[in-house]
Amino acid sequence: MSSISTVGAVAVVPAAKARRQRFRFVANKKAAAGLIILGIYVLLAIVGPWIAPYDPGARGDQLVQPPSAEHWMGTTHLGQDVFSQLLAGTRSVVFVGFFAGIVATVLSVLIGVTAGYVGGKTDEGLSALSNVFLVIPALPLIIIITSALSSAEDWLIALVIGLTSWSWNARVLRAQTLSLRRRDFVEAARATGERTWRVIVFELLPNLTAVIASGFVGTVIFAVLSEITLAFIGVTSNTTWNWGTILFWAQGQQALAQNAWWWFVPAGLAIAVLGTALSLINFGIDEFVSPRLRSAGKTKVKTTSGQTVRMRIGFTPVIRKEVSK
Amino acid sequence: MKYFLQRLAFYAFTAWAAITLNFLIPRMVPGDPVQSLITKYQGQLSSQAIDSLYVLFGLDRDMSVGEEYVKYWQQLFRGDLGLSFTFFPTPVSEIISDSLPWTLWLVGITTVISFAIGTGLGVLAGWRRGSWTDGLLPVTTFLSSVPYFWLGIIAIYLFTGPDSFLPSSGGADIGLEPAWDQWFVPSAIQHGLLPALTILVSSVSGWILSMRNMMVTVSSEDYITVAHAKGLSDRRVALGYAARNALLPNVSGFALSLGFIVGGTLLVEIVFSYPGVGFQLFQALGAQDYPLMQGVFLVITISVLIANLLADVAYLLLDPRTRKEG
Repeated sequence: MSSISTVGAVAVVPAAKARRQRFRFVANKKAAAGLIILGIYVLLAIVGPWIAPYDPGARGDQLVQPPSAEHWMGTTHLGQDVFSQLLAGTRSVVFVGFFAGIVATVLSVLIGVTAGYVGGKTDEGLSALSNVFLVIPALPLIIIITSALSSAEDWLIALVIGLTSWSWNARVLRAQTLSLRRRDFVEAARATGERTWRVIVFELLPNLTAVIASGFVGTVIFAVLSEITLAFIGVTSNTTWNWGTILFWAQGQQALAQNAWWWFVPAGLAIAVLGTALSLINFGIDEFVSPRLRSAGKTKVKTTSGQTVRMRIGFTPVIRKEVSK
Repeated sequence: MKYFLQRLAFYAFTAWAAITLNFLIPRMVPGDPVQSLITKYQGQLSSQAIDSLYVLFGLDRDMSVGEEYVKYWQQLFRGDLGLSFTFFPTPVSEIISDSLPWTLWLVGITTVISFAIGTGLGVLAGWRRGSWTDGLLPVTTFLSSVPYFWLGIIAIYLFTGPDSFLPSSGGADIGLEPAWDQWFVPSAIQHGLLPALTILVSSVSGWILSMRNMMVTVSSEDYITVAHAKGLSDRRVALGYAARNALLPNVSGFALSLGFIVGGTLLVEIVFSYPGVGFQLFQALGAQDYPLMQGVFLVITISVLIANLLADVAYLLLDPRTRKEG
């Protein structure tokens, strides 16, 4: 992968420049858009249950009503307010996403970096372990585990998702560590007698930041989708709401047959927008690490002689600006 | 050949791990969720069936875990996955063998088509970076962020109805027996069209993105410049030089992400009430039918392992370097 060389290059940026470059990641439009949307979701996760106009579980006398001034997103078969359910459900979704993301990321760093750095038999064992988890279909495994649990609280579901979804990141981290461990600065640290944990924490991890971050974001996407899927098929805690619960009831109460689109459309869109925001952040990270992946803008260029030339890939997009001026 | 044997050993190991997990999970759970189900069916279960359940769920306190484990394997080799609670007293293996072909056709065909289309579009998007193809990326990102099952619900809402050609549920018209004849096959295709399209739309974007990124990376290699310099046609450089090399990581990525994809596609079956293993898993979940759930998990895992093996064979054929060593 080409990102390997660029990751190394980030480390050689002189210290004087570091301050100015700190916010370069946010300057990426995709990443900035993603971060803003994610920020709104996190905010709603904190205040959502408080600002919800109704109690999400409270029954009303308006059954399966389309959106109105009173109920912005209509009502369910019990007269519950869909908008309140959506707001109250955000907390559970964001919590499970981040908690599972953190669990999986910690595991993948521990296993992936250790396997890559230590090598030998340890590497073989840990690699086999992560490959096994990678190949076993995660969702059916999660369903099997959670269905065997007597209660399916949010943190428990998040833990199960985290414990089963670390393998992909571990694999990527291992590959990246392998390419870093023979670099001069790591050799130098080892030669000066640094302890193994110190080399890993202070020499390797800073250079793996981008990979770890993008792995974390990817796991959050997976965890959110898994939690909603589990809730949709009925594996969820009975006390809290999340978007999957809304879809579960909508499906169970034949919302489709009743033409009650307001019941299932908002929850799905909420998931899609959150997922898109997280993907945008990941694109931002990818493009930050490997600038070549950026969308190139216009590649058809009119030369001074009036001919149209299409720029080939393999050149960096910067060339375009110089020609057009 | 050495490569192939290594992979084979790895899959055997993974299968062993999955089966052992399946054996251990009910035993690690505090409490005894299955005991109540056994008492519920006490009058109807034959002593042999109860015996088999005891082994499957580790309720036999007289036996050591080691002995249970050996007995569990013996049952598996006889194809005995226990009796289903929901469809009592049908054996789980019978239910699964009825529903597995549906899933294999639907998921198998759509996954391969999705990979082919996605890779093709990815080649285009990577080679013609900066043209309209860049517009594909935001659209596909949005589609891939949507849960498969929700897209299925929307598809049913929009495209099915009393006078629509596309049916909203089932695998074929009621009353038709699965057979290779002129009544069943068209009906099955008609019923499978919408679920297949749903899976296709939501899974294709991942392939587009990874292939595009690989194409962009490969395109700046020296051998591409050389190919251009030799005066080869743009098309030949794109397909014969760039795409051919960019394909390799995508194929191995295909194998590795099968587990993720299959999990998502099972959900589409639930929404469409498609008679495959995903729908069975859903019904088993609702009825707390543990033997059926575990059986479905095992069968899905083994299928994914076999698919992985096939992807490895494809890789072996595509990449000469893996052949040279053996």
